[in-house]
Amino acid sequence: MAHHLFLPLIVPLLSASVATIIVRQHGWVRVIAVAATLFNLGYGAWLLVTIAATGRQVTQAAGWSAPFGITLVADGLSAIMLVLTALLTLVTIGYSFATVDARQERFYYYPLLLLLLFGCSGAFLTGDLFNLYVWFEILLVASFGLITLGGSRGQLEGGLKYVVLNLFGSICFLVGAGLLYGVAGTLNMAHLAERLSTIQDASLVTAVAGFFLVAFGSKAGLAPLFFWLPTSYHTPNIAVTALFGGLLTKVGIYALYRVFGTVFQSELARLAPLILVVAGVTMVVGVIGAMAQVNVRRILAFHIVSQVGYMAMGLGLVSVAGMTAGILFMAHNIVVKTALFLIGGAAEHLTGTGELKQMGGMARREPMLALLWLLASFALVGVPPLTGFFGKLGLIQAGLAQEQWLIVGVAATVSLFTLFSMLKIWNEVFWKKAYSDLSAMPRAGVGLLAPAAVLVAVSIAMGIGAAPTLEYSALAAEQVFDTASLVRDVCGPNGCEAVELAVGH
Amino acid sequence: MYDSIILRTVARLMLPILLLLSLFMLVRGHNLPGGGFIGGLLAASAFILQIIAYGPVHVRRIIPVNFLGLAAVGVIFAAVWGLIGLVTGQAYMLAFWLKEPIPGIGKLGTPVLFDIGVYLTVIGVTTQLALVLAEEPILYPLRRRPVSADRVAPEA
Repeated sequence: MAHHLFLPLIVPLLSASVATIIVRQHGWVRVIAVAATLFNLGYGAWLLVTIAATGRQVTQAAGWSAPFGITLVADGLSAIMLVLTALLTLVTIGYSFATVDARQERFYYYPLLLLLLFGCSGAFLTGDLFNLYVWFEILLVASFGLITLGGSRGQLEGGLKYVVLNLFGSICFLVGAGLLYGVAGTLNMAHLAERLSTIQDASLVTAVAGFFLVAFGSKAGLAPLFFWLPTSYHTPNIAVTALFGGLLTKVGIYALYRVFGTVFQSELARLAPLILVVAGVTMVVGVIGAMAQVNVRRILAFHIVSQVGYMAMGLGLVSVAGMTAGILFMAHNIVVKTALFLIGGAAEHLTGTGELKQMGGMARREPMLALLWLLASFALVGVPPLTGFFGKLGLIQAGLAQEQWLIVGVAATVSLFTLFSMLKIWNEVFWKKAYSDLSAMPRAGVGLLAPAAVLVAVSIAMGIGAAPTLEYSALAAEQVFDTASLVRDVCGPNGCEAVELAVGH
Repeated sequence: MYDSIILRTVARLMLPILLLLSLFMLVRGHNLPGGGFIGGLLAASAFILQIIAYGPVHVRRIIPVNFLGLAAVGVIFAAVWGLIGLVTGQAYMLAFWLKEPIPGIGKLGTPVLFDIGVYLTVIGVTTQLALVLAEEPILYPLRRRPVSADRVAPEA
């Protein structure tokens, strides 16, 4: 039993609580936030290595055995997400030092960030569907606070749409979980995976799977339920937008991978054509939506939608190769998307506006920022030595191998349009001459540049070390699909049914 | 805030009764119906009754507590007792009980302490929510649009 799996949850929770109590002592709150996030980062890195060496890690809260108690399970996918979450939170905290004002810090900015870290880490580690719902609620409540922090009119409007549509997704999730409990009598993922294969009334399970698809799809930003995303993501703090853009939609994708890859495997085969259609439509709608926008963060927000489509494609291919590429693409996208938001946000912070028409001249004024943007946007588009290339290559190869010509064509074409949007921002913000005199503009200090530089460096490292990252993604994808070993790890060699019968249920 | 002598008298009488009931619910909760959550709601309802009867300003004066801080203290208190299991190499939140039951209260152990943390958190969060909602008209008064001469002037 790997009891240490609770540590990345306890540490953010306790530090968020302490930071809430001493919220007025800004220095200490920052120290606590950085320390807790560093701990999670270190733990996540250690977990990556441990899982590669010894396989899946499992623990039960309070020692209650598996189908009855609260189970935490960490496999390769969990570890990847855990470490990326901590990395993003750390980078965001660093960026916040330079951009978030004291008033927002007093309104629990850092405690909310830590609660978001807590909720995300919990969602990635849980082995129980109802607990997944609870973790989703925790991270959503924290994100509600962050997105409206500051209380401007635009934020409240964006926040309202965000809250209402996310609650809709949560209701679908809850209804699905309730129905599933009625059908199967358990919500432990390992037990469900074991039991759903023996259930006669398959039509009801398909309906339940539909509820989960809608719930996670709306949280991930898949078509047609993505519209909450571009209307709310450009309103809050730049640091908050960067974190949300990198992380929150991917929690939805993680839940899709986990629930459909492990629990609803037979339903996944049935729903695969639908998922592929949704993925294709999401890619196209996102990228076309971005073309119509003239605001840096709105363009990037539409691109989140477009790229979530690629990750859904990885699921829709229903193969280890597809899932491997999907995980690799997700890891790449989490890093690069946040980097782009931080860089575009830095330009916005310096210029004072995010409207493309009023920006310009940044390449001459801030060459470092421009270089980072160029690298990050090439990584997003998928220029060979950078990360995006390997994820897209894997997806397209898997699609070709399975003769899904249409989705492969869409994925390849959408890449070109992504390049178009990135070049649009490059031209308008960095390359064209400034309309006004920029000499009075504040310079980009280390506080603005370093966080994005760290992420770009991580992205380049992932691109150069593509072989090990690909291997790890393949390991993670195999673990997601391997329900037999999951049941063995969680409930023991005889399976969950045997445990339940032994208790005399 | 209702300026009603009946409500105010009842609220004043109910305050100790509800608080005692909430403590009763708290200590029996780990074995019988009750617990930290329901006890916390009862205690918070005692405070909320005061808010309704006397208004938030009065309540802030007689209970000068930072309720959000109280909630955070409760979370820490609830989470810390689970660490005993983790430190001794067992599962997180593993229950440890006293050997002998204490007369009048019953068996005591770390689940009771966890419940106390939940109790504090629920009191803190629920009362804070009610207070903020009750204080909203004081903090953010609705501004009526002033009907003044300059509004008429440009049209004339």
